[in-house]
Amino acid sequence: MGEVYETLVQIVGKNYVSNHQEERYFYARDPGLMAPHEPDYVVMPKTTEEVQKIIRLANDTKTPVVPKGAGLALTGLVIPLKGGIVVDMKRMDRIVEVNEGARYVIVEGGVTHGVLKAYLQKHYPHLRHSVPESPPISTVVGNVVIHGQGRLTQQYGFHSDMVSGLEVVLPTGEICKIGSCSVSPYWFSKGPPMPDLSGLFLGWLGTTGIITKMSLKLYPQKKLKDVEVFVTDREDLVPDIVFKITHTEMIEDMGIWSQPRPRMFADNYHLNIFFTGDTEEELEFRRKMVWHALQEYIDSKDGGFMQLPPEMKPTFLDNPQKSMSAFADLRKGGGFEYSGPIIPMELYPSFARKAQELGNKYRVVQNASGRVIQQGHCMMFSFAFTFNRANSEEMERCRKALHEAAEFGLEKGAVLWKPTLYEQKMMLRRMDQNTINLMKKIKQLLDPNGIMNPGNWEVE
Amino acid sequence: MPELKFDKTKCASCKAVSCLVKCQYMNLDRNEAKKEWQKLINGEDSFVLETCTTCYACEEYCPFGNHPFYLIVERQEEKNKLAAPRALIRQWVNMCEPVGKFMVGQVKEQALSFCLIPRLQFLATGKLFEDVAASWIIGAEFFCNAVYLHFSRMSVIKDRLPKVVENISRQGIKELICLHDECYATYNSLAPAYGIEVPFKATHYFEYLYNKLKEFKSDIRPLNIKAAYQRNCSTRLIPDIDHFVDDIFKLIGVTRLEREYDKKNALCCGAIILSLKGYDIGTDVQKRNLDDMVKCGAEYCVFNCPACWDPLAANVAKRGIKPIHMIDLCRLAIGEKPVLEV
Repeated sequence: MGEVYETLVQIVGKNYVSNHQEERYFYARDPGLMAPHEPDYVVMPKTTEEVQKIIRLANDTKTPVVPKGAGLALTGLVIPLKGGIVVDMKRMDRIVEVNEGARYVIVEGGVTHGVLKAYLQKHYPHLRHSVPESPPISTVVGNVVIHGQGRLTQQYGFHSDMVSGLEVVLPTGEICKIGSCSVSPYWFSKGPPMPDLSGLFLGWLGTTGIITKMSLKLYPQKKLKDVEVFVTDREDLVPDIVFKITHTEMIEDMGIWSQPRPRMFADNYHLNIFFTGDTEEELEFRRKMVWHALQEYIDSKDGGFMQLPPEMKPTFLDNPQKSMSAFADLRKGGGFEYSGPIIPMELYPSFARKAQELGNKYRVVQNASGRVIQQGHCMMFSFAFTFNRANSEEMERCRKALHEAAEFGLEKGAVLWKPTLYEQKMMLRRMDQNTINLMKKIKQLLDPNGIMNPGNWEVE
Repeated sequence: MPELKFDKTKCASCKAVSCLVKCQYMNLDRNEAKKEWQKLINGEDSFVLETCTTCYACEEYCPFGNHPFYLIVERQEEKNKLAAPRALIRQWVNMCEPVGKFMVGQVKEQALSFCLIPRLQFLATGKLFEDVAASWIIGAEFFCNAVYLHFSRMSVIKDRLPKVVENISRQGIKELICLHDECYATYNSLAPAYGIEVPFKATHYFEYLYNKLKEFKSDIRPLNIKAAYQRNCSTRLIPDIDHFVDDIFKLIGVTRLEREYDKKNALCCGAIILSLKGYDIGTDVQKRNLDDMVKCGAEYCVFNCPACWDPLAANVAKRGIKPIHMIDLCRLAIGEKPVLEV
């Protein structure tokens, strides 16, 4: 073990490697409900070459490696289940290039959403990337690897759909370029017209390599933005409402939420409808189209638009939304976790009812929310619970609620997003055997020593 | 439960049926109006219940003070012919439910009511309020509840209003200066219409401002401006206070522009109509109103109700007219800076 430590010191310098108790304690856990497990070492590389050396060392010594961004997935994906080395990517924080005309940015593996957003606002105010609702310290690569979603997901899909090139250190130590950048200086495509190899790394939760650079598509930053909130007391109408709104192709983003507190939100279902424009006329035209699309519900009294006073709008327009952080600390004590099944829109009513049922059954504070993905092909539904970390009994009730939510989701036809270890196993039990075999072959081919984030997507 | 003091004999002798004939949103001749109104009196269904935009104007049109609008709201609830989407009704009923989160200042016999609108507290500052500024109440426990007239929920008003009156009385208040027009309308129109006794004097802030301005007459510098006055829905319940607009304007050198949509033909801010009826009717009301302000050369648009300010002030400003709340206008006349800005 001493040799590993000394070699890591040689690779990154002694200031950026630790086997001390403090770091091992900190890197053993995430803010969710999974049990902690300590790593043996924590290391913070600065360059791709340093990552490469760390991986080679890990292969030589058969030491597990867990790449980590900000560790905010909440589902234990960066907890080193079998010890080993946690590779903290925060020092790889360069924004390498912005191609303004082709609208993409190349970032290193540790660049955060907050930094990228601020950088674009300052240097390229007419460009933006899709910002998730996670705190600004969440990393771009970490979020993409788990198929995250953000403000532009309704228009352009999962964040992994917005990738246009990768640089990856493979589990065997080779540095590999994926997409157009493998044959060209331009990072405009992650695959087409060639075979799309990005799928070997996206969604694998760090089990097939470490992404050291990523190219991400950028989109127009419109000058004006606004939000309307449509409210209905009939969850069964939500899929139709979403269908009608997305049919207009007028909106930027749409989130759906329900929660019992505060009282003004109780027993209703709310749809936050975001739209943008470069002129007042464009903005108003979009608003008009959205209102017209839902006129039948106003006429039937099944739904209507909330009057939003000007002082409330910034709260809704925030991205990321601070209100999510406020909810996450509702019980104080900093505990928050959610199960995020990806579902077809038609399942929304039963999931919304289930969220209420779980809140009542387990006496936990719940919030049910969802984000429409790419014009309603599907949505991310979130069973979210907040708890006090000092209250172990409450945490246990939240665990049970999340467990039941996951089982319910799979039973109904959902696919679980950023699944915990247990949820991965639940999905693998249901997965087509040939699909499992393919995953196993890929994993064995790429990571013959089984060093990468072991435990995750592990096929028995 | 309090009951509406409605005298159907007054309607029987009414030839004009102004409540419906003058309605800006229904196109009825006298015969049709008479027929539909009789249905409502009889407790029968009528398309009026669903067509009503809840602008409150029929309360002002009725020459007998027989409260036609309150009857409409009663019937909407009885027949479940709702004026608003159910979800919005539920939201409003829940939002303003008293849950013990009220706040009070150093309450004296004369006190300000900020209703449930925090920004009124910021408006009630400066010389005009210095004697009474510390004595105030705010919160759902003191909320007038008149808003439920828009939401077909007279039952909520009848349930909550007597308790609100009691809560205010318990504070030892003898004179309540209502900074929200709707509160004054509640204690001087709604409460009497339902036989709810109000043991304190409710004073409209227009009257308060007028008297204060007279005290500070030497400080007034005439503004010499032309203004459009934006009437809000609850002024329809208390048309007798309208003269204070003219009185105040005269004191501070403001010309109230004669325009198509003022006085009895006023158009509301449109926000509720937008919510209840949809985009086309709501924005049409707002557009006609703004066009009229521009056409008559308004330099300022003077607001009475903060709830009109929200949906309209920014649009007023975009048309080159300065939006200003009545309190800020008075403040401006004595050399103080306005508080509310777009």
